[in-house]
Amino acid sequence: MGVSYPGVVQSVYPALERILPLVRKPIQYVGGELNASVKPWESVPVRWALMYPDAYEVGLPNQGLQILYEVLNERDDVLAERTYSVWPDMEALMREHGVPQFTVDAHRPVSAFDVLGVSFATELGYTNLLTALDLAGIPLHADERTDEHPLVIAGGHAAFNPEPIADFIDAAVIGDGEQAVLRLSDIIRDAKAAGTASRGELLDAIAASGVAYVPAKYEVSYLPDGRIRRVAPVDASTPWRVAKHTVSDLDEWPYPKQPIVPLAETVHERASVEIFRGCTRGCRFCQAGMITRPVRERSKTTIADMVQTSLSATGFEEVGLLSLSSADHSDIAALTKGLADRYEGSNTGLSLPSTRVDAFNIDLANELARNGRRSGLTFAPEGGSERIRKVINKMVTEEDLIRTVAAAYAAGWRQVKLYFMCGLPTETDEDVLQIARMAKEVIRTGREVSGRKDIRCTVSIGGFVPKPHTPFQWAAQLGWQQTDARLALLREEIRSDRELGRAIGFRYHDGRPGIVEGLLARGDRRVGPVIEAVWRDGGRFDGWSEYFDFDRWMSCAEAVGVDVDWYTTREREENEVLPWDHLDSGLDKEWLWQDWQDALDEVEVEDCRWSPCFDCGVCDQMGTEIQVGPTDGVILPIVQVTS
Amino acid sequence: MARRTPDREYIPPVQTLQVRYAKRGRMRFASHRDFQRAWERALRRVGVPMAYSAGFSPHPKVSYAGAAPTGAASEAEFLEFSVVQQIDPRAVRQALNAALPEGLDIVAVVEATAPLVDQLRASRWRMEWPFDVTEAIAAFAAADSVEVERITKAGRRILDVRALCSAIQMPEPRVMELTVAHAEPTPRPAEVVVAVRTVFPDLPDVPVLATRLGQGVPVDGGGLAAPF
Repeated sequence: MGVSYPGVVQSVYPALERILPLVRKPIQYVGGELNASVKPWESVPVRWALMYPDAYEVGLPNQGLQILYEVLNERDDVLAERTYSVWPDMEALMREHGVPQFTVDAHRPVSAFDVLGVSFATELGYTNLLTALDLAGIPLHADERTDEHPLVIAGGHAAFNPEPIADFIDAAVIGDGEQAVLRLSDIIRDAKAAGTASRGELLDAIAASGVAYVPAKYEVSYLPDGRIRRVAPVDASTPWRVAKHTVSDLDEWPYPKQPIVPLAETVHERASVEIFRGCTRGCRFCQAGMITRPVRERSKTTIADMVQTSLSATGFEEVGLLSLSSADHSDIAALTKGLADRYEGSNTGLSLPSTRVDAFNIDLANELARNGRRSGLTFAPEGGSERIRKVINKMVTEEDLIRTVAAAYAAGWRQVKLYFMCGLPTETDEDVLQIARMAKEVIRTGREVSGRKDIRCTVSIGGFVPKPHTPFQWAAQLGWQQTDARLALLREEIRSDRELGRAIGFRYHDGRPGIVEGLLARGDRRVGPVIEAVWRDGGRFDGWSEYFDFDRWMSCAEAVGVDVDWYTTREREENEVLPWDHLDSGLDKEWLWQDWQDALDEVEVEDCRWSPCFDCGVCDQMGTEIQVGPTDGVILPIVQVTS
Repeated sequence: MARRTPDREYIPPVQTLQVRYAKRGRMRFASHRDFQRAWERALRRVGVPMAYSAGFSPHPKVSYAGAAPTGAASEAEFLEFSVVQQIDPRAVRQALNAALPEGLDIVAVVEATAPLVDQLRASRWRMEWPFDVTEAIAAFAAADSVEVERITKAGRRILDVRALCSAIQMPEPRVMELTVAHAEPTPRPAEVVVAVRTVFPDLPDVPVLATRLGQGVPVDGGGLAAPF
């Protein structure tokens, strides 16, 4: 690209303005949203460009990015701006007109920042990272970058195994980002002040501090059969393992306080308040639950304050009370009642994304529906048979489920969604076919208790992808052909009874994207060339079915000599060095292996919030503890004063 | 348990306010729907005692008068909304400006005296090319009739753009200002550009920066009488 900005950093807006009339939904590229922040470039020593590697409509509501944006901008010596993936129509025009990847806040070129921080919620954003780097004029390969280029730092859940993108990033932060970005800012600021801010010196300092993982400081060697022999630091100052970050006392970090209000329509048109972080239910397939331990709750008064702050800062009509399993908050009943009372009759909606399969969940849903909205209720049994639910540690019996769903219909809900996975370890056709039987029983019982014929149930099912840092990290992923065959059987079984089948919706994702996700999730550094080859061949926006091209991934893998099956459908053995073993999520590898064996033996494990510690390793290793309530304090009504 | 009645009591409106607002700078790229969302959120932030429609999903009573298209800037967009308690138009203007992104600016708020539609009969537009268009505009101004085809979901329809344009002026060699009468349908700025290129095909096809300068009722001498 070779766009250079001698001395002063200029806005690219004048050039951008000429192409905006030619693209779809230009508003997504102009910034200027309420609560966005622009600081003078020269006013601070440390400058971050924060990226969500998907379209603005998906990236803007991302809580992680909004939190970091605010935490960084609150500092006097740091500025942070946002950048998102541009759609192919925009990409083509930017190339034609020489417009580089820019931030939406002040339209500054991304290449001018000190750091490009990229949050990966999913592995399918990797090709979009390459588009952004290329448009920014930043060499794709970290080892080709110079002091003039930003440090490219990955974060988000996918960064718990950043090996497939090790060639493209300079560092990865694993775990909670709030404190990590501040520590990185300190390192950069101090290095600049001391005149030791060359790329090499900075990366040495970052690696030695342990605040982030610097892939270039580790060497991977392989066994003749292709497995990893070991991953070792290249020098004595670099630690053998890099640990995740854990923010304790979330009440001290009530972000975002000033959520950004987009002009463009986005996927979540609401404010969000995270009511706790972490989950110890122990579902064995769930990477999020495993890597975010322990559970750290916010107090109900902090949550209520955050709800009111975000409503008045944004004007949103709805607030989502987010977490991995919101109904599990120890104060949830008082919290939902308090908020429902406070906002009754105000046209403010409250939503609680919870998929717990029990009657308590319905009580909460009824409480929140007081304001009139009564959409659907969602339950996630995840597995169709009682046997498979023991394997995945989703402790719910068929009876529980039917009773719960019946209670929902009896309480006036008409639509119930049931979430499942296909391709779980040890699964047979029979396990999946039980989903159909369960759904029919749900409709039969629902009609009985509600006395109505118009109730519906939707079965939503996707292919299971084994993820790093979970007990299933050793498991063989089910091939896409088998996944699709099983889903076809299930559909037939649901439709076999026309009378009940009519009331059952069936939504599924075909198995092919899951194979690419699996390759990227459990891949090592040898998978990087596949990502690059796919990108060079035109691969973009892999999370979007209209852009995802399975055949391209397979042919590029073949071309660079990567055996996709070896990475996906191969079961690993206990002693195999896994590509992410040197990244410490706190989970003890022996405990994970034991949990994997328990899964195969259909042995369940309790939740450590309500039973003694079972030594998963996290609290010991990380020096953290479970932080749960209930807490004191009441949620007071808000007195409306109008002029 | 299944409640089939809305639990909000319907409260009739007591006052209707009319608003003139501008779309400036980068906010010209906001679509009308984008503006609507921003506007309704600003009303909620400010705590304006909005009148809501009756029904199962009540929505605030706001009506918008012929919005400028995405990409066009405007100094003169209009809407009206109703409230259930009397409010001071000046105070609400200030509060709303603080609650809206910069570039979506409230220019004036007044109490309604007559329906907006009767007061908005034509628009004054400024259209700016990146090069000299003197010859093309002269040709357009000299024509009596220039027809443009509009393709909609309902089918094709021909509109005589030139017949609805008046008071064509060129304050600068790159800029045309003109008055466009509101009709069924009203020509859009992009259709004016097509009309100019129809009479002067050599004019390169580039994005033209259109700005609505005013709306109102045409008066003798070519001007527009603005509603407020």
